[in-house]
This record gives sequence, structure tokens and C-alpha cells, in this order.
Amino acid sequence: MDIMGISPTLFWTALFVITTFGVYIGIAVWARAASTDDFYVAGHDVHPVFNGMATAADWMSAASFMSMAGIIAFSGYDGSVYLMGWTGGYVLLALLLAPYLRKFGKFTVPDFVGDRYYSQAARIVAVICALFISFTYIAGQMRGVGIAFSNFLHVPIEAGVIVGAIIVLFYAVLGGMKGITYTQVAQYCVLIFAFMVPAIFLSLQITGSPIPQLGFIGNAQDGTPLLQSLDTTLTELGFSAYTDGSKAMIDVFAIALALMVGTAGLPHVIIRFFTVPKASDARKSAGWALIFIAILYTTAPAVAIFARSNFIDTVNESRWSVEAANDPAARADLGEGDTPAWFYNWRDTGLLNAEDRNGDGLIQYRADPAENEVTQLDRDIFVLANPEIGGLPAWVIGLVVAGGLAAALSTAAGLLMVISSAVSHDLCRKVLFKGMSDTQELLVARIAAVAAVLVAIYAGINPPGFVAAVVAFAFGLAAASFFPAIFLGIFWKRMNKQGAIAGMATGLVVTALYIVHFKIGFSPAVMGVCALLAAIAFVVLIFGTKGEVGGTGRLLLTVVAAGLGVTALLGLLGVLPGFDMGTADQWFLGISPEGFGSVGMALSFVISIAVSVMTPAPPREVQDMVEEIRIPSAKAHVGHAPANPAPAE
Amino acid sequence: MAEAPENGEGGAQGAHDISETSFKAYWRENLTLMGVLLAIWFLVSFGAGILFRDFLDQFSIGSAPLGFWFAQQGSIYVFVILIFVYSALMHRIERKYDVDDDQG
Repeated sequence: MDIMGISPTLFWTALFVITTFGVYIGIAVWARAASTDDFYVAGHDVHPVFNGMATAADWMSAASFMSMAGIIAFSGYDGSVYLMGWTGGYVLLALLLAPYLRKFGKFTVPDFVGDRYYSQAARIVAVICALFISFTYIAGQMRGVGIAFSNFLHVPIEAGVIVGAIIVLFYAVLGGMKGITYTQVAQYCVLIFAFMVPAIFLSLQITGSPIPQLGFIGNAQDGTPLLQSLDTTLTELGFSAYTDGSKAMIDVFAIALALMVGTAGLPHVIIRFFTVPKASDARKSAGWALIFIAILYTTAPAVAIFARSNFIDTVNESRWSVEAANDPAARADLGEGDTPAWFYNWRDTGLLNAEDRNGDGLIQYRADPAENEVTQLDRDIFVLANPEIGGLPAWVIGLVVAGGLAAALSTAAGLLMVISSAVSHDLCRKVLFKGMSDTQELLVARIAAVAAVLVAIYAGINPPGFVAAVVAFAFGLAAASFFPAIFLGIFWKRMNKQGAIAGMATGLVVTALYIVHFKIGFSPAVMGVCALLAAIAFVVLIFGTKGEVGGTGRLLLTVVAAGLGVTALLGLLGVLPGFDMGTADQWFLGISPEGFGSVGMALSFVISIAVSVMTPAPPREVQDMVEEIRIPSAKAHVGHAPANPAPAE
Repeated sequence: MAEAPENGEGGAQGAHDISETSFKAYWRENLTLMGVLLAIWFLVSFGAGILFRDFLDQFSIGSAPLGFWFAQQGSIYVFVILIFVYSALMHRIERKYDVDDDQG
């Protein structure tokens, strides 16, 4: 059985992980970045299909790969919000944002916001949003890398996080966007192959169809309709039916909307569309990206049904063996009617456990906690254990681990790019040190990438509390801040800087407060940290808006910053009174923190428009720029008769 | 419906101006197309998958209730089609008004 003295699973896992990492490094060396164009946008010459693949890998994170099928398996219909939400956003991107942002032709999202709203303050607000969203997100990816390493290669989480971070750093620093793009193409191939192989085998075993999407609507091998028998079984065991949800309709609606709009507003997704040669390619590329994403996203709900059915069939009412639980050697003799060997193997990792509490020798899987004997059931099990559940060879397990790592690393690299460009390009070159050369900017970008990785390593090893709320934060904030500002910037010429700043700030603050109140709770320390972050933001604003904001405005900013600083100090010292965490019955209109981005977005739209119409129209050059980005051709221009200034829409 | 481009004689080869009326007509056609496609986008996801799910669940596709199928499969397929349809139709509109980026 053993190869070179180690178990086959460990052998294949190590082989796949080392080989794929070697490929990523090889690509990085080949695709070194020489100019800022290469570094930020891969020289604007990535083929739309390749960019689609890279976008798919960038987009699908450790959570999409490892957790999503499991979440759907447990939540049934409620899991649909992730499926629709994380794909529907690409329609918004392709129709409303990507081609116009590509025609605009700069490097970053804050670039667009700063230029379109002719304002350093708007640029700084955008930088702050981009940094906060990306840091929340990257910490989760690093954690995923660490867990994959520790579960399968038996190295400590810390070491796993550091190894993963060094690989990402290597190709991000060396190759910038160019290196990241081509490694992401390779990573997409690894992750989709790794996801599909076990899914196809599972579909064959359970439904007889090699296509999981057909298995989804098909019958089980014994001829009974799969979904209906799953509904019946679950109801008998006391669970709600798989095709019924438990969430309120308004909440499902709000979450799906927040995820869709948030997807379209996420900076690491948007910048991928800056790398294609022209505006029409940005549209095509979004279509290709969604095809590549849809392959996994339409397979995952099928895997969810197979896994949940299979789990109940093989585990519920199976004979529990204490001997097999304690001694791996005894697991070879397990047969029909026994709790399967994979259950005991995963029990060893702590992700799964059972206890025969009523002493009948069988394991009961029930909704009622008093009767349920499956005492520990981690949702990630369903993807990770699939190869073993399906009785697939050890190399498939190794492949799945390599796939999970590819998903986590590709997303981390995209986020790293946003952080590095936000610091070097937007903050340093455009705001703080305007005289920088290209060479200096590249150096700062690389230093910023290193610094960001160090922070990500720390956050991956000691995950801060907000990482658990990453979905709510990243998508809610992107939906409530970036999307309205970019959308109105393209489609409403009259939108001005006052409207944009007010809208982004309101959306950001209100959404963040709601999420913190209901997901983390405002303890004195949390209040202190929030006030500290806000104070830092105000200090950057004060330095960055010299010449734009007058004396009274600067005084006001200084007073607010000082007030926040004092609040931060009091909060961190524990002097402030805290608030209890909000409960679900206090939700606004019954909308959960995950869905609140929709409300924040609506609010941001209203404030942006109201403030815009009450303040002066944007300058002529800016309105002309909006016309230019609406025309894909670089050579066609709208001819204006000089004496006839067109009224703003 | 929309007027033909007026200043198209420059062709996509060289720099050229398009008239303001032509630009407005181009943009209006784009917005109409977008509106139609976004209506479909809304109908297959928020409509079929959420608001009218209970009604659609009385029908089924294979062994899956139709509303549930739209929420977990159908909406995603339609999303993909929508993007490619937009890409193709938008390209036609752009050529009609001589603002396409075929030559850069």
C-alpha cells in the first residue's frame, strides 16, 4: 500500500501540490513585468478567453471550491442565493461596467473614481474602500491555504500559510498582473479538473449519468426521482424539505441582490477587465468568465444533492464500531450496513464525529439535537471527502487538495494586486508624492505587495473576528460604495463629486455599522478599532486634499479626526460603554447583514442623486470624458459645435 | 428606427467625428437593448427563482421542481446567454453608428 514509506494519499497530495506550485513559479519567471503597464494591466494584451479563465480563477475562492457545495447541501433552496448572486453579477459587469471602464483605460478603480469625480477626496474614499474590502477577503484565503495544508500534508497551519504566501508573493512581485494572469489561467485548469473529476464519478454512481447537471434533475439508480426522495427522507428525519427554504423571501431577495451588485463592484474582479485589448473584448471576456464559472457553479448544487443523499444513505442507521473509530487497521473489515470507513478517517481530522448515545449500536442522523448522534459535521466535508465517499483512488484526493489551493492562491493574488496598486498608484503617486517616476512607482508597488502579504500572513494565522463575516463585508461594502459611484459615473453625466463622495461615504458607513452591529457587536474594543480606522482615514483625507478643501473644511476634518482619535483611545482602554450584539428579530425589514448591502446600495443611490442635483454640475471636460467612454472606438469622437454647450442629461 | 450615422465617411480606419444626434441615437439604442436584457436577467433570477418560485414549483423539469431548478441551474444558463447576446447585438449597433473598436 504505502509508497516510499508514506500513505498513498499523502504521496499523491504532496506530488500534486509540489508540481502545481512548480508550474506557477515557472510561469512567474516567464511572465516578468518590465513596465507599469505590464505590472498593473498585463500590457492590455490578454486574449479575452484567457482573461475569462483568469477571471474565473480570480473569482472562485477557497470558499467557492471547498465550502459552497457543502453550504448548499445543508441549506437546500436557501443556498440558491449564492448560486444566483455570484453569477448574476457578471451580467451587470458585462452590460453596465466592464466595457466602459476598459475604454476609460487607466489602471485601477480609484483611478476612475478620482478622475470621473475630479476629486482627490473621492479618490481617497475609493482607496479606503478598496483596501478594506481586499484585506477582509485575503485574510480568509490565507486561512483556507493553511487549513488545506494542515489537514492533508500534516504541517502546522502557520507553516502552510507562510508557504502559500511566499508562492503568491513570488509571482505577484515578479510578474505583477501579467504573472498573475497566466498563473490564474493554469490555476483555473487545475481547480476545475479537480472539482469535476469527483463530481462526475459521484454522479455516475448515484444517478448513472456522467453529467452532474443532468443527474441534478434525474433519478437515482433505483429509479426514484432523486430530489423528491431526498425531500421525503429529510422530512422524515425532522429536517425541512431540501427544496423548501427557511429564509424569508425578502431576505433571499436582498442577499441575492447584494451579492450580484457586490460582485460587479469588487475591485479585484473589475481590474481583470482592464487587461484585455479593447472595450468590446471586455464584454466578450465577461461572457467567457461566466462560462468558466458556470461549469463549477452548476455542478456544485448537483454535488450538494448527491452528497447529502449519499451521506444519509450510508451513515444514518449504520452500525457504529468503537473499535474502528479507535484503530485505523480495523477499518479494512467494515462492510454492508457498517458506518463507512471514510467516516472514521474524517473523524480523525476532527471535522466529523458521531456518538452512539442511546446505545443501540446504530448512528441516528436527525434534525432534533436530542436524538441526533452525528455530533460534528463540518460543511467542508462534502467536497473534501467526496473522492473517498465515492471510493475513488488516492490520487483524486491529492488532486482535490491541489485544486483547493489553486482556488485560494489565485484569489489571494488578485486581491494582492488591488492592495498593491491602491497603495503605490492611487495613494502614493496620485495623492501623496505626485512627482514619482514609473520606476519608483513600480518599486513602491512591489514593496506594498510584500507588506500586504506580511499582514495577510498574520491575519491568516490569527484570523480577526471580522473574517467570519467576510461575505457580508466584502460584497455589502462593494455594493453600497463602488457600484453606485461607478454606475452613475457612466450613465448619468450630471453626477458630480459632491454626490459621489456623499453617496459612497453614506453607503460604506451605514452598511459597515449594520454588519458590525449584527455580526460582531460593538464591544468597547470593537468601537475603539472602528474609530481608529476612521481616524486614520480622516488623517489621510486631510493630507491628500490640500488645495481641494478650503480652510473651514480642513478645520472640520481635523476636529472630526481628533474626536475619532479620542474615541479610539477611550474604546481601546475599555472606558466606553459597549452595545450588545443585535439579534435577528431586530433586523431592518427582516434583512440579514448579508443582504443589507442592497439597502446600503439603495441609500447610496438616493443620497448621490439628491446631493448631485443640489450642487453644481460637473465641469465640461468631465462631461466630455463620459461621452468618450461611452464610445468603444478610440478614433471616433462626438463633435460638438463650440458655441452650443450641450445641457447635461 | 434610429437615424443613420451622419459623419460616417471617415470610416473606422481614421479619426473621425460623429454628430451629436448620431451619438444620442447610438446611446439610446444601447440603453434599450440593455433594458430588455436586464429585464430578462431580473425575470429568470429574482422572478422565476424567488418571487414566483412557489407557482413554478408545480411544474417540473426532469425530477426537479421548476422554480427550484431556475434558482439553482436555469438562471445561470440564461445569464451566460444574455452576455453573449449583448456582445453580438451591441457590436452590430456600434458598427451601424461607426463607433466600433474593430480597428482600435
